[in-house]
Amino acid sequence: MRILRAATVTATVTALAAAASGCGGGTSPGGGGSNDSPKTLTYWASNQGPNVEADKKILGPELKKFERRTGIKVKLEVIPWPDLLNRILAATTSGQGPDVLNIGNTWSASLQATGALLPWDKRNLDEIGGRDRFVAPALGATGAAGKDPAAVPLYSLTYALYYNKQMFKEAGISEPPATWDELVADGKKISKDGTWGLGAEGGQLTNNIHQAFALGKQHGADFFDAAGKPTFTSDGAVAAVKQYVDFMAKDQIIAPGNAEYGQNQSLRDFAKGRTAMVLWQAAATTFAADGMKPDDWGVVPVPVPSGTPGTGRQINSMLAGINIAVFKNTHNLDGARKFVKFMTSDAEQKLLNKTYGSVPPVKAAQQDPAFNRQDTKVLRETLTRSAAPLPQVADEAQFETSVGTAIKDLFADAAAGHPVTTESVRARLTKAEQQMAK
Amino acid sequence: MTTTTTTAREQAPPGRGGRPGGKAPATRRRVLLPARLRRAGLPYLLLLPALLLELLVHLVPMVIGIVMSFKELTQLTIGNWDAAPWKALGNYRVTVDLDAPVGAALLHSFLVTCAFSVLAVGLCWLIGTAAAIFLQDNFRGRGLLRALFLTPYALPIYAAVITWAFMFQRDNGLVNHVLHDQLHLTDGRPFWLLGDNSFVALLVVAVWKTWPFAFLVVTAALQSIPKDLYEAAALDGAGLVRQIRRITLPSLRPVNQVLVLVLFLWTFNDFNTPYVLFGKAAPEAADLLSLHIYQSSFVTWNFGTGSAMSVLLLLFLLVVTAGYLLATSRGRKHADG
Repeated sequence: MRILRAATVTATVTALAAAASGCGGGTSPGGGGSNDSPKTLTYWASNQGPNVEADKKILGPELKKFERRTGIKVKLEVIPWPDLLNRILAATTSGQGPDVLNIGNTWSASLQATGALLPWDKRNLDEIGGRDRFVAPALGATGAAGKDPAAVPLYSLTYALYYNKQMFKEAGISEPPATWDELVADGKKISKDGTWGLGAEGGQLTNNIHQAFALGKQHGADFFDAAGKPTFTSDGAVAAVKQYVDFMAKDQIIAPGNAEYGQNQSLRDFAKGRTAMVLWQAAATTFAADGMKPDDWGVVPVPVPSGTPGTGRQINSMLAGINIAVFKNTHNLDGARKFVKFMTSDAEQKLLNKTYGSVPPVKAAQQDPAFNRQDTKVLRETLTRSAAPLPQVADEAQFETSVGTAIKDLFADAAAGHPVTTESVRARLTKAEQQMAK
Repeated sequence: MTTTTTTAREQAPPGRGGRPGGKAPATRRRVLLPARLRRAGLPYLLLLPALLLELLVHLVPMVIGIVMSFKELTQLTIGNWDAAPWKALGNYRVTVDLDAPVGAALLHSFLVTCAFSVLAVGLCWLIGTAAAIFLQDNFRGRGLLRALFLTPYALPIYAAVITWAFMFQRDNGLVNHVLHDQLHLTDGRPFWLLGDNSFVALLVVAVWKTWPFAFLVVTAALQSIPKDLYEAAALDGAGLVRQIRRITLPSLRPVNQVLVLVLFLWTFNDFNTPYVLFGKAAPEAADLLSLHIYQSSFVTWNFGTGSAMSVLLLLFLLVVTAGYLLATSRGRKHADG
């Protein structure tokens, strides 16, 4: 009895000690991948469909296809967005992670800085068909400039201007706006008797950033300089943020209530005919879910000062999307590369982007007629012509939080009737910039 | 645990030489270890596995958190965090430098949290105790009311708080509909989730969510107060208020002591309510500490600073708890003596 107990205690202690030492410590900095387990892969997919179950249903048959071709079994885990970054960070600190994973493309540079992802140097890229298969802006959102990409583009999205045809007709507007002046003029015609020109998500930090970023490009401002230092208070950045908030404060084409929106209420307002325009990425399915028929809305590129979107000051959208990356500590390096090649193949790109309503970043796959419908055509053209990735700097996450919060606060000021001036915008952005200082 | 202890106690007599055959080995062992030490050591030996687990589950993460607060831990070093550069007190210096934006924001958040906690705990306790006392006497529908009162506590936090978030919406929320459209109490439609009103909104949701716990605990405690005390008081002509002040509240004292402490710790640390209500960035008037720390560490990938703030929060809560326990237990000794 006693010996048994002693043995149990010893065993427990040993197990605990082993577990404790296993938990501690990070990955070794030079730790590369290996090919220890060539028959299996673990894949963390982001939640792209309506829910996790739908994603499993969509991806399941494709993974089976991959298994039939290569003999590699893929264990799929679909991770909801609120958890994804936490899970990746935990995997990074412990070194125990998946082999292949999806990341939001704005995280590319931050995750690249952790050193947890396999760099896609020329040799690796050539194995999946080379750089030239992808559209250039999408490749721009895969890591810091001048470094090998940390990931490969998988699904791409851009912003477009959705408008309500009926409301435009009733207000006597024949053409949807192509410039901001036209948008404000049209918005003013529509904004009366409880209906409003434009919808916004004032409480959603990332959305605020996306809008301010594109407007910033049009004012010739980046939020970071070439050295990666924040430049939130440059004249261009201040003007861009002010222009966006002024749609509510000065032009009064956004309902004050939108200042607190953060759960996509602006889409519902649009679908219910309370607002005539929204700036959004691939909103078609959401409109349908809220009972709006596809014929009721139209879609055009987001306005630019000149009326014709292009590069430089005519950029009209941030480049949103999902990248696929390989975890550096993978135990199946060859298999992981094969899987990325499979996911970025023309056939899979067509099928998956069609299902998810996104646009393929692979040029050849864009030829499919599915990407030539009224909405996907605009998104696709914007992607190739006039979209730019958010700043690819390691501090990108701080930027989204600090500047996104500044814009949220400015919207709150505007909604409460406080004046929004160049000085007040600059003060908020100065505060945001101070939060970035280490 | 219980089984191990029982087994040990049953086994103990033979070890002490109660059984004739066991005498020889017992003597031999007695030479190696003095009997008193052996007897005193046994409980500790038996507690050892539990102690080790406790260390592993509770203390190790805390120690790692404290170690992290002395390091410069950002996305550049997180992949190999035991090799992250030491920063000595750098993180703390940033955190408590009240002239710089980070320290000033933390102090503001701390003061908001203090005010919020005091008000929330006070209201939870008051409403919970009042409801428990009113539901003490048996009447028809008491069970139904009790169940109804406990619903907020039983609801999943996310579902409950997101419902409040929609109710507090300015343009089509229920709160403004009742206050403005029906009762005409306010001039315009106020914002509840932006600006200064957000503090009130947060307080309402927090109290609504937590008071059933106070109600539950006080209800249980009331059952143990002997009925004859009230009968005797009634015979002596004491009214309801006097009975509550002289009998109920003094009898509840030990329970209240724990209840208020637990409520305070929960409220002070509350993360879910502000996070679901306001998202990643709370309005300044409702910027609670836990959300503030989350924002300045996790969202901005600045884990060292976040850990330093957490350690300060831990120290503060330790001081408050220790002070509170010291003060209340001394007071009780007085009362008993």
